[in-house]
Amino acid sequence: MKPPVFDYHDPETVEEALDLLAEHGDEGKLLAGGQSLVPLLNFRLARPENLIDLNRLGSLTGIRREHGSLQIGAMTRQSTMEHSALVAENWPLLTEALSYVAHAQIRNRGTIGGSVAHADPAAELPVAFSALDSRVRVRSARAERTIEISDLFVTHLTTTLEPDELLVGIEVDPVPERTGHAFVEFARRHGDFALGGAAVLLTLDSSGSCERAAIALLGAAPIPVRATDAEQALVGAAIDEKAIAAAADAAIADISPTGDIHGSAEYRRDLCRVMVRRAIAAANRRAKGEPEPESSNGVID
Amino acid sequence: MGRPSRRREDPRLLRGEGRYVDDIDLRHQLHASFVRSPHAHARVISIDASAALERPGVRAVFTGADLVGEIGQAPMVWHPKDTEVLVPDSWPLLRDRVACVGAAVALVLADRRYEAEDAAEAVEVGYELLPVSAHPLEALADDAPLVHPEFGTNVCFETSMGGGDLDAGFAEADVILERTIVNHRIAAVPIEPRGALAEPRGDRVALWTSTQNPHLARTYITRQLGWDEDRLRVIVPDVGGGFGCKANVYGEETLVCWCAAKLGRPVKWIESRSENLISTNHGRAQTDEVRIGARSDGTITALQIRVIADLGAYHLMFTPFIPATTAVVASGCYAIPALRTDTVGVFTNTFSIDAIRGAGRPEGAHIIELMIEQVAAELELDPVEIRRRNFIPKEDFPAQMPHGPVYDSGDYHGSLDVLLEHLDLEGFRRDQAEARERGVYRGVGFATYMEACGIAPSKIAGPSGNGLDFSMWESAVVRVGTDGAVTVQTGVCPAGQGHETTFAQLVADRVGTDPSRVKVVWGDTDAIPNGMGTAGSRSIAVGGEAAALAADRVVAKARQIVAEVLEASPEDVELADGRFAVRGSPDRSMTLTEVARAAYITDEMPEEFEPGLEASCFFDPPGFVHPFGAHAAIVEVDTETGRIEILRYVAVDDCGKVINPTLAAGQVHGGIVQAIGQALLEKIEFGPDGQPLTTSLLDYALPTAAELPDLELDRTETPSPVNSLGAKGIGEAGTIAGTPAMVNAVTDALRPLGVEFINMPLSPQAVLEALRDGARDAAPSAS
Ligand SMILES: Cc1cc2nc3c(=O)[nH]c(=O)nc-3n(C[C@H](O)[C@H](O)[C@H](O)COP(=O)(O)OP(=O)(O)OC[C@H]3O[C@@H](n4cnc5c(N)ncnc54)[C@H](O)[C@@H]3O)c2cc1C
Repeated sequence: MKPPVFDYHDPETVEEALDLLAEHGDEGKLLAGGQSLVPLLNFRLARPENLIDLNRLGSLTGIRREHGSLQIGAMTRQSTMEHSALVAENWPLLTEALSYVAHAQIRNRGTIGGSVAHADPAAELPVAFSALDSRVRVRSARAERTIEISDLFVTHLTTTLEPDELLVGIEVDPVPERTGHAFVEFARRHGDFALGGAAVLLTLDSSGSCERAAIALLGAAPIPVRATDAEQALVGAAIDEKAIAAAADAAIADISPTGDIHGSAEYRRDLCRVMVRRAIAAANRRAKGEPEPESSNGVID
Repeated sequence: MGRPSRRREDPRLLRGEGRYVDDIDLRHQLHASFVRSPHAHARVISIDASAALERPGVRAVFTGADLVGEIGQAPMVWHPKDTEVLVPDSWPLLRDRVACVGAAVALVLADRRYEAEDAAEAVEVGYELLPVSAHPLEALADDAPLVHPEFGTNVCFETSMGGGDLDAGFAEADVILERTIVNHRIAAVPIEPRGALAEPRGDRVALWTSTQNPHLARTYITRQLGWDEDRLRVIVPDVGGGFGCKANVYGEETLVCWCAAKLGRPVKWIESRSENLISTNHGRAQTDEVRIGARSDGTITALQIRVIADLGAYHLMFTPFIPATTAVVASGCYAIPALRTDTVGVFTNTFSIDAIRGAGRPEGAHIIELMIEQVAAELELDPVEIRRRNFIPKEDFPAQMPHGPVYDSGDYHGSLDVLLEHLDLEGFRRDQAEARERGVYRGVGFATYMEACGIAPSKIAGPSGNGLDFSMWESAVVRVGTDGAVTVQTGVCPAGQGHETTFAQLVADRVGTDPSRVKVVWGDTDAIPNGMGTAGSRSIAVGGEAAALAADRVVAKARQIVAEVLEASPEDVELADGRFAVRGSPDRSMTLTEVARAAYITDEMPEEFEPGLEASCFFDPPGFVHPFGAHAAIVEVDTETGRIEILRYVAVDDCGKVINPTLAAGQVHGGIVQAIGQALLEKIEFGPDGQPLTTSLLDYALPTAAELPDLELDRTETPSPVNSLGAKGIGEAGTIAGTPAMVNAVTDALRPLGVEFINMPLSPQAVLEALRDGARDAAPSAS
């Protein structure tokens, strides 16, 4: 199959892009890395009349730290962030999440903003950004605003962005001291969208008890969800096997994943529990500075 | 022969200099796009192409009505001998009624591919939906919707094969096990999808097509068009994989030829990936009800199988034949005194089943290799030991089987011995026990397979067809040119296997020259006398033998020439180390180049000498060849997620004499990977309404390098007596052995958790469900 007929625009400035968006609104579609949009076009599942290509907007690329927070331009390629030392040192959850995103060739084209705006509940970055309580910066010809990530996702492939709005960047606050992170998922093949997963950040107090917990679930609902009950169950507790199991149970108590040919809703729910358990255990280990186990499931290569 | 070497075709292919159908563009060519049924069963009420015809670049739209009187029914259905088969009407564009999603109902021709695709979307087809039977077991129910109402049944054919006294066999058994084994539907997924380009050339048409079968394509298409065979020239450029699905000739190929002749312009059609997954033949799709009896020492006494074969809605060339071959290999490597296979072919509202790598034999091997380990577990016997107790002994070959076939040669203990040398089974069992203590579940699974290939013996395998008869010999011409360079023309047709390399090697050996001096030509019906293409692992065992025998005839003539020039008797001329020498006087000798010169510049030759140095050969072997081997998979199962990791995969294959070990290993590699794909990941899935659910490579999951272990390969070599090369086929061995090895390994891993039996595909969910069922069965009942 080939894409349906569309008009192609390649603005050179953000302002131009915003004007085009304002003009075409619902009939326009932004093209970032094209790794999700182009397949949709080729299957003719998306039929925009206008394609507004963002690839010439150099001002939307880049990774910087400003006042301690991480600022990621929407058009930053996924591979750029994957290889960023700044991110790896200070926001390693993002680096770990990216290791599960598709394949190198796709990450070379796919963008951070595209992944967030696409709002696929099985995508890793929206889940990692949720765990990090990130904010997205949005512009239109009318105005500029910042949206908390918890207010961004509506449902599968749908966000609260208006048709004339452009996601320009993502902000992530610094991660506190004594925080361990883990991004864990299970996909049938390397690089596939996961059947389930979890992003966890655990901040421990000096006695080793949990001071703060963030648990975001992958593929558990039509949007990335935070397991707030599980987070609360952990706060104040010593992280032992029992606490971890209780948190994992709490995490899946209210979720109802969507089943498909690769895994039923029930399977995905069970899997989420396992993923949350493994992610909490790994985050706890890292928060305590314990060494990484040699292999997660005892495989001798 | 027998020397490893790199593939001669690779530098060209790796540099991007390969030339596939889609690389060929002709002036004034039109592009075809098909309008296909989105419904699994519907009456076609109307087709309105007026909007499509108004779109830019559109030159023509054809529907089934336009083909009446122009294109006949698909002419051939190869079916089991002496079996009546129902043959539904089938045209390249269906009329009135469609019985599966993906069936073509109209064809748009436009100047550009985009224009053709856009216009195809604008063709309005009115459908009236009809009830659907999407699954073979449901299609067999009394009140099931009929796929072809005119037949009054969904049963396409029934056939049986067997021998020995089944009742006595089961009466003798100490244990009888019954299992329902599902061999789910898969796709072949060549990286290059199908494609065809037809060019009018005066009264004739030239067709470039991505096929395994140029001569059959010529016969099939001209028969359908009512043309003389010679009106069509079929040319096969590079082919990026066939795996059986390009052994078929398809309606799209007939249509581009017809359109080119009708419009006087070249017409090109390149299949999309989704079309390839939806409307290129699928394979397997069997449900096998199995009953096996054994004495307590593990000796199998009887085997009974009911093969319920999903055929899809329409027949392609070999559709009814494929499941019937399962019966041929049903008893595997074992001397089972009584067996019977009843096969029922069932129509469903799905796309056609036909050959995919192994084509009926993987299903057979899967059945017997699962069952032998089921019996072993039941009797608490070692899976290796039970095999040894049942193997047909080496001394019994050629082995006459109770159900009819004669196996040419075999040494089943031999390949298993070599496998065990590599495996260190005792070491693994210790590791397995120790890992279980830690809650880590590992298992080993075996498959000692035997298969029947080298498709030929026309007397047995020649099709009993519908409107088209032919035999399954193979042909070759070997020609030595004036400068001593050799050309081999072969009727087999590679889709990436490396025939260019192996045929050069085997002919070079026979005529005493270097492979670099041998050119191999294939895939052009104007250039190659005749052939039956590449399928059923027949290229070397049948086509290679034809080339070798033609080479022998060339050598015989060369010896006459040498005798003439060196004044010796032809019987005294010997070919050794690239020289034709007179016995006893090694200084009197000639090279092939010198012989060739004498063959064409004939002043030294007697008057009655016929110039030239070439020979042709048609070869039809006396029987099938029967490759065999022993594979083992070692896996670890994550019992929380259902993930399966393959820790080791060891394969010992015996395909008789090997021409080039590197290429043979390549075939085994690819076959095993396809088997692992089927066992773990790949499945063509339909909804209850007959809608295909796996229409992209996102959902139809092929294994990638990341999911695979290093494959550890070895070979034994038991020559075949049915050809002078001693060669058997190796193209399908991996797909035949691989799935049972994988399933047995996972079953072995999970047996301590109560899992006795599990069907493919071993998806994570299927594994967890089996664990749940196993735990429930193992738990003491509550009441
Ligand atoms: C084979 C394959 C496997 C993949 N596997 C994974 C995986 O495992 N995990 C995963 O997370 N992803 C996966 N992806 C998707 C990939 O990560 C995409 O790159 C990503 O989802 C979208 O980013 P993009 O830059 O390519 O966006 P595009 O495809 O260009 O756009 C996606 C959508 O976002 C909109 N959009 C893009 N940028 C903006 C913006 N700045 N403001 C507003 N709207 C915008 C577009 O209009 C479009 O609707 C896979 C893709 C492929 C092809």
